[in-house]
Amino acid sequence: MNEPRSRRDVLKLAGLGGVVFASGLAGACTDIVRKSAPQQDDFFFVQLSDSHWGFKGPPNPEAADTLRQAVAAVNALPAPPDFVVFTGDLTHTTDDDGERRKRMREFKAIVADLKTPVQRYMPGEHDASLDFGKAYQENFGATHYSFEHKGIHFAVLDNVSDPQAAIGDAQLDWLLSDLKPLRPEAPIVVFTHRPLFDLAPSWDWATKDGNKAIDLLQHWKNVTVFYGHIHQEHHFRTGEIAHHAATSLIFPLPAPMSQPKRAPLPWDPAHPRRGLGFREVSVDESRLALTIRQDSLEAASRG
Amino acid sequence: MRRADWLVIQLLSSLLLAAAPQEQVIQVTAERFKFTPSVIQLKVGVPVVLEITSTDRRHGFQVPDLKIDENIEPGKVTRIRVVPDKAGTWDFHCSIFCGSGHEEMAGQIVVSP
Repeated sequence: MNEPRSRRDVLKLAGLGGVVFASGLAGACTDIVRKSAPQQDDFFFVQLSDSHWGFKGPPNPEAADTLRQAVAAVNALPAPPDFVVFTGDLTHTTDDDGERRKRMREFKAIVADLKTPVQRYMPGEHDASLDFGKAYQENFGATHYSFEHKGIHFAVLDNVSDPQAAIGDAQLDWLLSDLKPLRPEAPIVVFTHRPLFDLAPSWDWATKDGNKAIDLLQHWKNVTVFYGHIHQEHHFRTGEIAHHAATSLIFPLPAPMSQPKRAPLPWDPAHPRRGLGFREVSVDESRLALTIRQDSLEAASRG
Repeated sequence: MRRADWLVIQLLSSLLLAAAPQEQVIQVTAERFKFTPSVIQLKVGVPVVLEITSTDRRHGFQVPDLKIDENIEPGKVTRIRVVPDKAGTWDFHCSIFCGSGHEEMAGQIVVSP
């Protein structure tokens, strides 16, 4: 009963419902699905996004509970992730600087209940665009940084502290110097808030100079980008780079350009958590293939 | 230049100017969290200058499909010249995050034949 389980077992046992999406860090999926023997070096992390703590409104009348439900669902996973990452819009924007800081403190108090000790954060425009990231940095630290974990290089990009949704040349220079020591085939995961590519510019689903980041990243062969902002799953490729958007923890938004306005999907009292959730990202022992599993809060609430 | 030649040139210039469509000026106000007007009506072939001013803070005026992306600074008139060459509707929005209603700060350019 106490034997360590492989990630593959965990995925089978998680019981949260959802879909599994296989993605190659190299752009070509390797044999993660075919392997049967548990690998000690497998690991996974959890991506949560767009909790918009402080939001009040008809698209989610249960907004005061949703973040806590997500924390409980992550804590209930059969095995703990190596780390948890929040890809921005931790809080909902407010024009009041004091209220912004209060929401950040409240957010921190809630996620303090996560059993996973390693947590990574980055801002969304709701957290950082009105004060150039000042309150965010006071509460969470740097808005762009990198770290290594078990053979993967992770880079966090800030495309929101500039209210024009730009990364900026200084940060792009930092990214280049950060990646330069890595070999061309090194596995790299990028976390950011907005899509780096022009997903739907007229809905503000883009990064002003995202093409510069993509051009830079294309010098490495095994790059995957995880982002938030659009409140739904979305999978796209630019060249060999895979881009994966995450669902939110507040309300779902419509598919890109599927309706005239980018308005939240109406709340359904029969399915109050529909479209909300988080994802698990498993990395195999080769470090060149990953598996994405989407966990639905609605399924989690059914137990 | 002989006086007669000069007169002919002046006359031709006047005729050409008369034939060219008059440049229209449309004033647009940006404020948290709306553009006024939010629907800008244009006609194909009629050049227009949008004179955009902000009454409160820095905003942006972006029309992605027309490759227009300008910052609107308060106290300054930003002029954007447009010559519509086809009928249609194009969305514009504020491209500088400006507060709690930023995501609703949008409008449309409607070009009629």
